[in-house]
Amino acid sequence: MLSNTEKELIVQIWDKMIPVAEDIGSEALLRMFTTFPKTKTYFSHLDISPRSEHLRCHGKKIVQALAEGARNISTLTTTLAPLSRFHAYQLRIHPTNFKLLNHCILVTLACYMGENFTPVAHAAIDKYLSAFSAVLAEKFR
Amino acid sequence: MVVWTDQERACIQDIFSKLNYEDAGPKALQRALIVYPWTQRYFASFGNLYNAEAIMSNPKVAAHGIVVLHGLDRAMKNMDDIKNTYAELSVLHSEKLHVDPDNFRLLADCLTIVIAATMGSSFTADVQAAWQKFLAVVVSALRRQYH
Repeated sequence: MLSNTEKELIVQIWDKMIPVAEDIGSEALLRMFTTFPKTKTYFSHLDISPRSEHLRCHGKKIVQALAEGARNISTLTTTLAPLSRFHAYQLRIHPTNFKLLNHCILVTLACYMGENFTPVAHAAIDKYLSAFSAVLAEKFR
Repeated sequence: MVVWTDQERACIQDIFSKLNYEDAGPKALQRALIVYPWTQRYFASFGNLYNAEAIMSNPKVAAHGIVVLHGLDRAMKNMDDIKNTYAELSVLHSEKLHVDPDNFRLLADCLTIVIAATMGSSFTADVQAAWQKFLAVVVSALRRQYH
């Protein structure tokens, strides 16, 4: 359940991430691969070494999708429908992995924003990421 | 038996040496109570936890945050036997405090975020991995005596 203040906060934060989408996205992924090595099993087709082109490109896509979702929070299911189908029928990622990436996104934001990543901002983003993941996992079964 | 590499040990010691317990402890606990409000159920005696501002200015929350961090300090000083170091604490959380152990990971995650915000770019992916391995061992030790 997101309040209007939280929705605004979420848009503000993700808008700031768009210009640094490659940095933020690739960092979150790298953190996930390092802390939770099993997540690498989904990326055998890419070069996910630090600073690789694949990693930066993939990270950018993720941040851009999150930013777009943030601007359309009340219609997440519609906005994310193609991504949702993709994750369900093609990627078939074990659902527990969404939480692992979400956590690493939060850590990346904390490193980047420092004190500005307040508890209230943290709560709003965490709730948003949970809602986003739930939509991505919606069609799994 | 948990095996720690020299690099992991160094990472953990380094984080603790830079940690201000009186700052990080309160911040981590406040964050857990705000981001995961159901954790407030264990702190009914702490008074006003009504909103984020109240939680962040609550002296009992701050004091308890410091207690938690000193508890972690013990684990850091006994890294090769966290299981036994925490046996009594585990019994306490299970038999006396009746805390759902799934909540330990939430507080651990909040502490990680607080440290990330303080350390910024020096909290690299490798440092994060070592730190989270340490916290996973701590959480596992705390869960052990639940029957």
